Amino acid sequence: MGDHHHGPAKGLSRWLFTTNHKDIGTMYLWFSFAMFILGGSFAMIIRAELFQPGMQLVDPLFFNQMTTLHGLVMVFGAIMPSFVGLANWMIPMMIGAPDMALPRMNNWSFWILPPAFLLLASTLFMDGGAPAFGWTFYAPLSTTYAAPSVTIFIFCIHVLGISSIMGSINIIATVMNLRAPGMTYMKMPLFVWTWLITAFLLVAVMPVLAGAVTMMLMDIHFGTSFFSAAGGGDPVLFQHVFWFFGHPEVYIIILPAFGVVSQIIPAFSRKPLFGYDSMVYATASIAFLSFIVWAHHMYTVGMPIAGELFFMYATMLIAVPTGVKVFNWISTMWRGALTFETPMLFSLGFLVLFTIGGFTGLMLSIAPADFQYHDSYFVVAHFHYVMVAGAVFSMTAAVYYWLPKWCGRMYNETMGKTHFWISFIGFNLTFFPQHFVGLAGMPRRIPDYALQFADFNMMSSIGAFIYGSSQILFLYNVIATIVAGKPTSDEKVWDGAEGLEWTVPTPAPYHTFETPPKIDPSHAHS
Amino acid sequence: MFLRAKRLTALALGPVLMLFGLLHAGTVAAAAKVNEVNMSPGATDVGQSIFDLHMTIFWICVIIGVLVFGVMFYSIYYHRKSRGVTPATFHESTKVEIAWTVVPFFILIGMAVPATSTLLEIYDFEDAEMDVLITGYQWKWKYEYLNESGENVAFFSNLRTPQSEIYNTADKGEHYLLEVDEPLVIPVDTKVRFLVTANDVIHAWWVPELAVKKDAIPGFINETWTHATEEGVYRGQCAELCGKDHGFMPIVVNVVSKEEYASWLSEKQAEAAEIKKLMAQTFSMDELMERGKSVYDRSCAACHGANGEGGLGKAIADSPIATGDLSGHLEVGINGVPGTAMQAFGGQLNDVDMAAVITYQRNAFGNNMGDMVQPIDVFNHKKG
Ligand code: HEC
Ligand SMILES: [Cu+2]
Repeated sequence: MGDHHHGPAKGLSRWLFTTNHKDIGTMYLWFSFAMFILGGSFAMIIRAELFQPGMQLVDPLFFNQMTTLHGLVMVFGAIMPSFVGLANWMIPMMIGAPDMALPRMNNWSFWILPPAFLLLASTLFMDGGAPAFGWTFYAPLSTTYAAPSVTIFIFCIHVLGISSIMGSINIIATVMNLRAPGMTYMKMPLFVWTWLITAFLLVAVMPVLAGAVTMMLMDIHFGTSFFSAAGGGDPVLFQHVFWFFGHPEVYIIILPAFGVVSQIIPAFSRKPLFGYDSMVYATASIAFLSFIVWAHHMYTVGMPIAGELFFMYATMLIAVPTGVKVFNWISTMWRGALTFETPMLFSLGFLVLFTIGGFTGLMLSIAPADFQYHDSYFVVAHFHYVMVAGAVFSMTAAVYYWLPKWCGRMYNETMGKTHFWISFIGFNLTFFPQHFVGLAGMPRRIPDYALQFADFNMMSSIGAFIYGSSQILFLYNVIATIVAGKPTSDEKVWDGAEGLEWTVPTPAPYHTFETPPKIDPSHAHS
Repeated sequence: MFLRAKRLTALALGPVLMLFGLLHAGTVAAAAKVNEVNMSPGATDVGQSIFDLHMTIFWICVIIGVLVFGVMFYSIYYHRKSRGVTPATFHESTKVEIAWTVVPFFILIGMAVPATSTLLEIYDFEDAEMDVLITGYQWKWKYEYLNESGENVAFFSNLRTPQSEIYNTADKGEHYLLEVDEPLVIPVDTKVRFLVTANDVIHAWWVPELAVKKDAIPGFINETWTHATEEGVYRGQCAELCGKDHGFMPIVVNVVSKEEYASWLSEKQAEAAEIKKLMAQTFSMDELMERGKSVYDRSCAACHGANGEGGLGKAIADSPIATGDLSGHLEVGINGVPGTAMQAFGGQLNDVDMAAVITYQRNAFGNNMGDMVQPIDVFNHKKG
């Protein structure tokens, strides 16, 4: 231990000025949970309006604001920051580093987020209302036809982008420079690998998003016509630029989730991950392919057939590395000694539901069939299977898995399992029927619908209320654990868990690995 | 009440329904429309190909899913620690890993073949027998029949569902939100080419049963086509978020026999010719009022009230505009009030109807202005 060892500062300044990776990780996690609740309440408004045919609660414009903000807040406020928080907490502890490589920048990348989202939420009270053009903000609905709040929205996107880029650079720098001696790349835990690759994706595509919103800003305020045919531009250009960011973005969201599950499944199977190397290569292939498939979101814009075919084949290819991942997780379980604590339950929930989302993804990749699926509720069902059951379930699993290490107290297992089962049932009740209405012809983003869709929509709404309220149980369980959970001081909270984070004391002290750990060279990887 | 009770029962039966629906995906399609769970093959050959492709991929996924989940649940059941098993330690097997990379690859090739041929079928734009230009507007569709001899036929197609049904003060009709004032009419057994564009933002013209979905992009013209083999009424909606009333711009297509289509078209052309003649005419007050009332009831009453009392729009009775300067009134009618629900009707109503409805508003509901607007006045106002 170094002689400059010290604990956290007291009071608010601890959080405001902290450069400690654990403090920053904690703030990211709480912030993302707050955003999850905010985005979730927007979803509740959406589902309440869709409970029955007819307009009951909100007007159509407000409904569009809700779908837009729900998407933006969930993607940029809840899911992405939650994984950044997890990276902050876990990457240094997993690679035997004392902290992140760029701690002051770390502080900044967190602290610019809350004001950005406050600003975004404040647009709800502006004249003309909040952004109402969908989280994909297609021009010209988001330029010429947008409410004045669009300028604030553009500013917020810039801030979020800067935050993400800073966070990613930090992760790349940490992983490349601060690994403990002997921790070679092919010994890094998979969570670290997936985040390293994710960070590269982020650095590559966030500037593209910044470019897209800057072009919008120019079109709105400075008389350019990037996205207006009248001035020689093209609205479809917007979609190409957006999805060049947007498709890698969905892998940015899901790759760290893969990493989490790759830590948890071996731990509760008491058996090493089946194919570590192939998991790393599969992650890298997915990342590469994510750059050349963007136009599968645009099959109906009127692309030439060569374009359709290229993007269709490339998209179908993603099924291969994704399949490799799923097969690996299952082979890891095969002939293990399985137990089903809450983190494992959420990981298995992830595995089943993400695979279903993968199947519908494969169906959507088929361009001619997508002419029917596109912009229908089938798509809504698909991406909630991969985003919610994928990213959110795995994040929840991560919290249950590492929470005892973080705070030295065990959560209530019964409550955790209850949370899982309510979530699982609520989730499926919400999103499974959406496949049906989508196939039967219900478009997405509509505040009211024809009578034949009524029953499934009502089911969907009931499911959403169940899934939504189960998060209160989660919040309660986490707080109860932190305040009054059963204390534990086992370094290895889970008997099957592997990795450096399980070699430090529990609860993890404010500073860990001030002197680098020794890596057992006989140990392949964790 | 009855509807409600029915819905609740259906809801209770939901899971059963889902299962039933899945098992009978193909057969239920034709019989019942409510609680439909699958895509419809629709009324075209392309729709049938897409449906077959969709079902092929679906079943491949189901088979893979059963295998994968089967292994997983076997493991969950038999490899539980509580059964006293000791964990194996095996990992990495190049053979297995090559197998599960290569086999999926070949399955994908198997999927790509029918997908490619269906796509080629869809992209075959040759030999269209007629063209319709479709233009998306916030929030309605305009249809123009091109290349026809005789008068050009063009009209707007608006949502017909009354506000009272949407805001739950009246019972909802059978085709709630999927009904329009004037449907697109096309002949059966004819390859109809659609040229799709938009006037303001991006829309998408989607009729599932005709297997057509194409984005309508302002400033660009997209091409697509259909070839319906069965007569019938097919309903669809705008599929691309296009602003506030995106959910309220349905599409209705009447596919009729060729004879019926021909007579419909000549009727429409006669109407258009008639309008053209009328444009040059001068009308009496009575003629304008009569025509004006029917235009008003059709196009304005939804917002301004059947008796001009107002509603979503301002009251016309005693309105300062309708009882004020004539050119100001024309201005509102032709160019609308930007930023409000009052759209520009100049492009939607012909000059005769516009003259009539303005005259009507100035002389009905107790607004006894006594003045008249003739088509020529509208024409001049538009010219500026
Ligand atoms: C979708 C709803 C809607 C429809 C349909 C509609 N209006 Fe309006 N109209 C409005 C609204 C809203 C206003 C108020 C605009 C404003 O805030 O100044 C308005 C205002 C007007 C006014 C000015 C009233 C005043 O006192 O300021 C006139 C005149 C008018 N409409 C004529 C028509 C005519 C003619 C038609 C049919 C061809 C029509 N409107 C159809 C919504 C509608
Ligand atoms: Cu539209």
